[in-house]
Amino acid sequence: MIGYNVVGQRIPKLDAAQKAMGRAEYIQDVRLPGMLFGKILYSRHAHAKITAMDISKARALPGVHAVLTGKDIPPRMRMGFYKDNPPLKADKVCCFRDEIAAVAAVSEEVAKKALSLIEVEYEPLPGVFDPEAAMEKNAPLVHEAHKSNVLKLPWKLHYGDVEAAEKDSAFVAEDRFTTTWVTHCCLSTSGAVALFDASDNLTVYSNTQIPSLAQKDFLETLAAMDLKNKRVRVIKPVIGGGFGSKLDTYAYEHIAILLAHKCRKPVKILFDRKEEFEATSTRQPTVIYIRQGCDKEGHLTFRNIRMVLDNGARTSWGATTPSVMMMPITSLYRVPNVRYDAKCVYTNNTYSQAMRGYGNPQATFAIESCMDMLAKKAGIDPVAFRRINQNEPGDVTPQGFKITSCGLGQCIDAVEKELAADQPLGEGEGIGVASLIHVGGGARIYKSDGCGAILKMDDFGKVDIFTGGTDMGQGLDNMIAQIVAEELGLLAEDINVVHSDTDVCPWDVGAHASRSTFVAGNAALGAARRAKQTLLAFGARLFEVAPEDLVMENRTVSVKNDPEKFMPVDKLLRKAHFSPGGTMLMADYFYDPPNENMGKDFRCNLSVTYSFGVHGVRVHVDKETGKVLVKNYVAAHDVGRAINPMLLEGQVYGGVIMGLGYALSEEVMIKEGQIKNPNFRDYKLFTAKDVVPIKAPVIETHDPDGPFGAKGIGEPGCVPTAPAVANAIFQAVGVRIKDLPITPEKVLAAIQEQSKGS
Amino acid sequence: MTKPISFILNGDEISCDIQDHWTLLHLLREELGLIGTKEGCGNGECGACTVIVDQLAVNSCLYLAADVQGKLVQTIEGLAVHTGSLHPIQQSFVENGGIQCGFCTPGMIMSAKALLDKDAEADREAIKHALAGNICRCTGYVQILDSVAAAGRQMAENQGEGAAAAKDPGTITQQSMNKKAGEVIT
Repeated sequence: MIGYNVVGQRIPKLDAAQKAMGRAEYIQDVRLPGMLFGKILYSRHAHAKITAMDISKARALPGVHAVLTGKDIPPRMRMGFYKDNPPLKADKVCCFRDEIAAVAAVSEEVAKKALSLIEVEYEPLPGVFDPEAAMEKNAPLVHEAHKSNVLKLPWKLHYGDVEAAEKDSAFVAEDRFTTTWVTHCCLSTSGAVALFDASDNLTVYSNTQIPSLAQKDFLETLAAMDLKNKRVRVIKPVIGGGFGSKLDTYAYEHIAILLAHKCRKPVKILFDRKEEFEATSTRQPTVIYIRQGCDKEGHLTFRNIRMVLDNGARTSWGATTPSVMMMPITSLYRVPNVRYDAKCVYTNNTYSQAMRGYGNPQATFAIESCMDMLAKKAGIDPVAFRRINQNEPGDVTPQGFKITSCGLGQCIDAVEKELAADQPLGEGEGIGVASLIHVGGGARIYKSDGCGAILKMDDFGKVDIFTGGTDMGQGLDNMIAQIVAEELGLLAEDINVVHSDTDVCPWDVGAHASRSTFVAGNAALGAARRAKQTLLAFGARLFEVAPEDLVMENRTVSVKNDPEKFMPVDKLLRKAHFSPGGTMLMADYFYDPPNENMGKDFRCNLSVTYSFGVHGVRVHVDKETGKVLVKNYVAAHDVGRAINPMLLEGQVYGGVIMGLGYALSEEVMIKEGQIKNPNFRDYKLFTAKDVVPIKAPVIETHDPDGPFGAKGIGEPGCVPTAPAVANAIFQAVGVRIKDLPITPEKVLAAIQEQSKGS
Repeated sequence: MTKPISFILNGDEISCDIQDHWTLLHLLREELGLIGTKEGCGNGECGACTVIVDQLAVNSCLYLAADVQGKLVQTIEGLAVHTGSLHPIQQSFVENGGIQCGFCTPGMIMSAKALLDKDAEADREAIKHALAGNICRCTGYVQILDSVAAAGRQMAENQGEGAAAAKDPGTITQQSMNKKAGEVIT
């Protein structure tokens, strides 16, 4: 094995000291001279006509600079890929989250006061809040012009012959599972500041995960405002948590732009926590019908899944989560025949967005719960059942995914060992396992899956690297710094990573799909290699040797096998720079991974490589109360290579605890479209007191395409958590909970039902 | 209503006029420009705004500014400022992966400090209890708990060397604090 000096080291996050001192500046901390404060008025009804609106009192309030309503929205201004969402709604509201007016004022207090002076009259309409009910013939239409509540989206695939395979199956298991709304709960609430210069060029400060795509959205907004040929600059302050929540642009950003243009002043909109719960998106809820079969030996024969997704009243990226659900459905374990059909259905509820795992946790909950049910029918131990069906390197899955590196088997080994699965179980104890597959080498969702990098070296041997990638706390800065430092023989502290400004940073598709280490990392590596080539060519002339005879290590360029000939990198750089006809050392690289867009039948190799993992959990269930206690947890992942084991463990621990919240406690409670628990007291996140012992074995399969062998690992930690817990509960007390979250009430009711039956 | 108050903020005497309804968080962030203290919820549910008032960790979003009259207030900005180097708790969060997005970090560190100033050898359960009011969505808390435990060991070692007070001006005994606060009041 090759030894590395920087890659593989537990180097603290580059921005950790700033953050520890309270000096990192988030959107909350952005203040510009003359800045106004914007506030948004939301609907009071889940579904209603707006019959009258009077803004005169709000406009007359001293300190108010502008009041906007749906009537002020240019007709072409629509948000989201389905273009069903104007930033302010004019005639009709379709959910409580619908924005209907906005104010800019000298302070938040004045803006809030102004909102309270806006008078709105509604004519309530019957609502529909259940996606299956919304598919019925006489259901109220959420959008009349759409003519149906079912979105026109193509989520339907069939590989092989599911019906024939089912006939030939020795065992079949089937059931209905549901997953509900949960939300990101970024500790920093959402916000944006928009300002125009004298020529109507726009700058937006926003804690976005998609600076380049946000730039495009904002350009479209400017075009709709008849501001042609203008420039848009997106600046990211330090991001206080992402988890997918910032993968789209939102009404507050577009409203801030409209207000800033109207007032000719910077306008800031910052959410409070209640608003963060009520007006940002959730994880996509699902209703899942699954049938799975296997032969006598336990080989999977088919998987047949039908889903109904509550799209809510507007469309954001939640409606495309089926594209990623296809991945576990077609490719988790070897399953030759697969059918999948998903319908997204409008309701008068809130709407969903990307959230860590992007549909994968929902699909994996059904698949892996059903795997245990099938194993039981076949009389095979659940772990052995998974080994029989595990993916292997070289596999091509029914969807066309080419499995290259794959450590799923080693992950199973690690979980068995660390969970001490052979140890006897106490009263009320059970263990459960569940596996995952996820994209680990980018994901070609858009036409490009690329990321740019620009690198320059200064006269002191230091590097500035401008990346399109986004660090939102997950540690991309370190990945890039450690990769570049390794390649150039420098230390991580020599590398300054700039990732916050579209005026200077190159293009990138965004921080999603666990793609940043792989894609932004490969882009940085490509730029570093080019810089190294130039520098070594210069050094070779100086030392009168071939470039291949030089090595860069310990901040020094030296001639192999000739210890007398060496020069510190900074000195060499100065020589290059200050010689007559000298050169500055700069390099760029655009890495677009060789993965494929989905075809019409969804077949493709979506990612260059795939990450795998197996989670195992030991629980105790209190039969008197239904309370589930997680005694210990093992989350083993095939990560290719750990660029920084400490930050990797942080991703796994954070993912697992988020996943345990999904499994056991978290739920945005919505009644007739209204969110009942928009605060941290009633939305049950895990706290420090709830932390369970977690082990995170790292399996390194050294992926041939990853930077130094690395694959993506941002999302997997929360993917198979819920089914692992559900499977453990089944083993502990014999009840199968099919609806998330698995609250004590549900467990207790199931135990009582079971004892009635027996 | 405006009224004058005086208190000690990170070792410095502060006298200023406040409005009755201001929270301590408002005073620190909006009036004094100390942005290190964060607002995560404004309802005392997330702990991002935690500061130390007389040796107690409090949610500054629920604490009236008027109530710091004559008291000793420590914020995240006070921890490293005098020595120029990080406080052992800050250093430990940096080295042990206790920080991801960092938004909860200042509050988390202040809660940890209030605990470790009293008991540097606090065990894991005590640490969990002290941090139970501080929400973190990134880390799953594991490396935060490790960070606090490691910081406690370091602080205990420093105290053992009798160097704690010299190294950490944020740690002020009750006696000296009363004296200092008294000086401001009179």
